[in-house]
Amino acid sequence: MKKLKDILAPLTVLVASIACWWVIVLQTESVIFPTPLQVVTGTMELVADGTLWDHIGASLFRVGTGFLSATLVAVPMGLWMGRVEGAYRTLNPIFQILRPISPIAWIPLAILWFGVGNVSPIFLIFIASVFPMIVQTAAGVHTIEKRYLRAADNFGVSRYTLFRQVIIPAVLPEIIVGMRIGLGVAWLVVVAAEMIALRSGLGYLIMDSRNAGNRYDLVIASMVIIGVIGLLLDGTMRRLEGLKSIRWRYGR
Amino acid sequence: MDVKDAKISVKDIRKSFASGQASLPVVDGVSLSVADGEFVAIVGPSGCGKSTLIKIIAGFERADSGSISIDGAQRNGPSPKGIVISQHGSVFPWLTVQQNLMFGLNGNGHGDKAALADHYTDMVGLKGFEKSYPHELSGGMLKRVELARALVVKPEILYMDEPFSALDALMNLRMRTELMRILSEERHTVLLITHDVEEALFMADRILVLSPRPATIQATFEVPFAHPRKLSSPAVQQMKEQILGELGVS
Repeated sequence: MKKLKDILAPLTVLVASIACWWVIVLQTESVIFPTPLQVVTGTMELVADGTLWDHIGASLFRVGTGFLSATLVAVPMGLWMGRVEGAYRTLNPIFQILRPISPIAWIPLAILWFGVGNVSPIFLIFIASVFPMIVQTAAGVHTIEKRYLRAADNFGVSRYTLFRQVIIPAVLPEIIVGMRIGLGVAWLVVVAAEMIALRSGLGYLIMDSRNAGNRYDLVIASMVIIGVIGLLLDGTMRRLEGLKSIRWRYGR
Repeated sequence: MDVKDAKISVKDIRKSFASGQASLPVVDGVSLSVADGEFVAIVGPSGCGKSTLIKIIAGFERADSGSISIDGAQRNGPSPKGIVISQHGSVFPWLTVQQNLMFGLNGNGHGDKAALADHYTDMVGLKGFEKSYPHELSGGMLKRVELARALVVKPEILYMDEPFSALDALMNLRMRTELMRILSEERHTVLLITHDVEEALFMADRILVLSPRPATIQATFEVPFAHPRKLSSPAVQQMKEQILGELGVS
């Protein structure tokens, strides 16, 4: 019952917006802007000929590859920078400069280096998600409370135990936050990257639909799908935060 | 007491902290020795440098001068021979009670480690909570976990820095009694830092009173009363008055 109440308000706003959209399109008698119904039929068309799944699959593959390789680089790098003061002092300024550069700005270089195949968008996703994850992980190591490190020191445990049982679990909540940010950015970037000269992906679908006869119904359908998938990805990361060994952070 | 027999021997340690241009002396020539199996309490006004003193003795901070030896050997850094239990505790919130207890246990047999951990969980009265996470436990129970985690590595010395002062008054009293019971089962040398004179009188064999900062030892009291002690007895109350007098609050 409470659940129903929680979704009632946002649902009302959503329905009202769609109704508004519908009314305005009908009133203005726009020939090019689609009604919600046309968007739905357009989507069904893509589902029927199977191309929708190909586009979604291509985008997810690029995000997955780019994001996972960024995680594999960022987490060890962040841990290292967090523990070793010299590494932090040396590398942090460089990352701080690279971080605010929009991944979109890297597109020309990506095309120059990797051409217009799959590697370019994967590279862009890597660039987009690696820096926030490094910064977040290193910051996480820095905020480990001294008393825990002291205790580990007191018991005289090995470096392996220190990392496995103190540092990693202590930083894990921060790493997950970094991954959530990283995955969010990655999803933003893949769509932008695919708009440039590729033959698949949701970003490509948007540009292709417009270029091939102003199919704005498919443009909007793609946008909605991008939004829904983004939401699902974020939801998955949120679930990770709920794992028992991570929840200690939110337990109090 | 002969210094050669001392478990802990502290000779003339001094420590200053830099504050702006000036240096602020915190510990100013403290010497003390603790015999094997002895329970020594150090009481002093807050901010007198007693926490700094125990950190130095436990090996977490360096003194500017002076020396500390444990069993006659120079102390260089922290070691599992002497475990620190502090006010805010350091039970790892991401490990279960059992994993916390097994943390300091090196060696191979996993089964033996778990059995040893469970033995101590039982000893501090937490049987049944082996798989619980710290955030599921109360403050008093956390203190017990910390105590058990220290005891399981069989330390020769316990350094206790205001161990029970974050607990409520009732739990504080309960933990004192609990600690005395455990110490009667297992012999340890204990160095306790506290601002609570009654806590010291209840547990310690000897009480050292520190002066306000910079800390020096101002007076020493032997506590001859047999355990379990009754704090309301006239002799104990009289000693309490004397100690409070040294602290300038009577």
